[in-house]
Amino acid sequence: MIRPILLAALLALPVAAQAADARRDAVIADYAAQARKADPAFAGFSAQRGETLFRAKWTGGDARTPSCTTCHTDNPKAAGQNAKTGRTIEPVAVSVNPKRFVDMAEVEKQFGRDCKNVIGRDCTVVEKGDYVTFMAGQ
Amino acid sequence: MRRLIPLAALLLAASPALAGDDWVPPVKDPLVLKECGSCHMAFQPAFLPARSWNRMMDELSRHFGEDASLPADKAQAIRAYLTANAGDVVTKGRARKYMQWVAPGGTPQRITENPDFERKHRFPDKVWQDPKVVTRSNCPACHRGADQGWYEDD
Ligand code: HEC
Repeated sequence: MIRPILLAALLALPVAAQAADARRDAVIADYAAQARKADPAFAGFSAQRGETLFRAKWTGGDARTPSCTTCHTDNPKAAGQNAKTGRTIEPVAVSVNPKRFVDMAEVEKQFGRDCKNVIGRDCTVVEKGDYVTFMAGQ
Repeated sequence: MRRLIPLAALLLAASPALAGDDWVPPVKDPLVLKECGSCHMAFQPAFLPARSWNRMMDELSRHFGEDASLPADKAQAIRAYLTANAGDVVTKGRARKYMQWVAPGGTPQRITENPDFERKHRFPDKVWQDPKVVTRSNCPACHRGADQGWYEDD
């Protein structure tokens, strides 16, 4: 009996939902497992490296999008704007947008597109885990 | 949300009669809205003929200079929706005018190159250079009802 009531309460109060989300934890755990497999000395993800990746200016990709911040803006808590299409992009910081990084297929699809566009190559597993870790703390 | 639904229903019901000319049927499929609408607006399929959408979906890995590939099952479902609601299939609202300009057998890819679009969008450069606009295909920058298929509010 308790569970349905809890569930109903959760559904009724989506605003109160915490940024914590088991699905996001699973995304990070999946990247961590991949990183460990590739490098047994892997020592965990770093929000700081994630922030560096986010703010870096690259030269290998599309000249119109030299940085993640070109579309996602300098402030992860702010709405962005797609530099090529003008489309508004919802904030990427988990504290203001708890729907972020909860679906591995979606996350992978977008890393695939965005890293190629910005950096000119795929992001590594460690870069992806760092990035999600950074945004999860924002 | 609740209050919006009757209003939306009313607008939808009234739309073909009110503004047949500046209206096209909006996209209703959640997958199309999500996958086509994440990088740009999910353009209404009525602006292009079915054969254009087939070509678009065939060339998704080279989508206006972008690799927009999708898993085969999603791509197939999106293709089915776009072709079933294409301008030469539904012929509703503005679609009729757009289709008049499409060459028989032609497979145009850019809605913004249709003469009917161009005729209605002759603006000074500074309008196009507004930072909100970015590109001609950013309909919602000016047409606030674009996602619902409304384009009369210029
Ligand atoms: C051309 C504009 C653009 C640039 C530049 C860009 N992104 Fe994105 N990003 C998007 C869009 C569009 C989405 C999908 C819409 C959304 O999730 O709101 C997105 C979503 C994402 C997502 C998925 C988030 C989720 O909730 O699943 C990730 C991860 C991401 N971007 C990472 C990056 C990284 C890393 C960079 C820099 C290397 C970057 N992006 C640069 C446009 C961009």
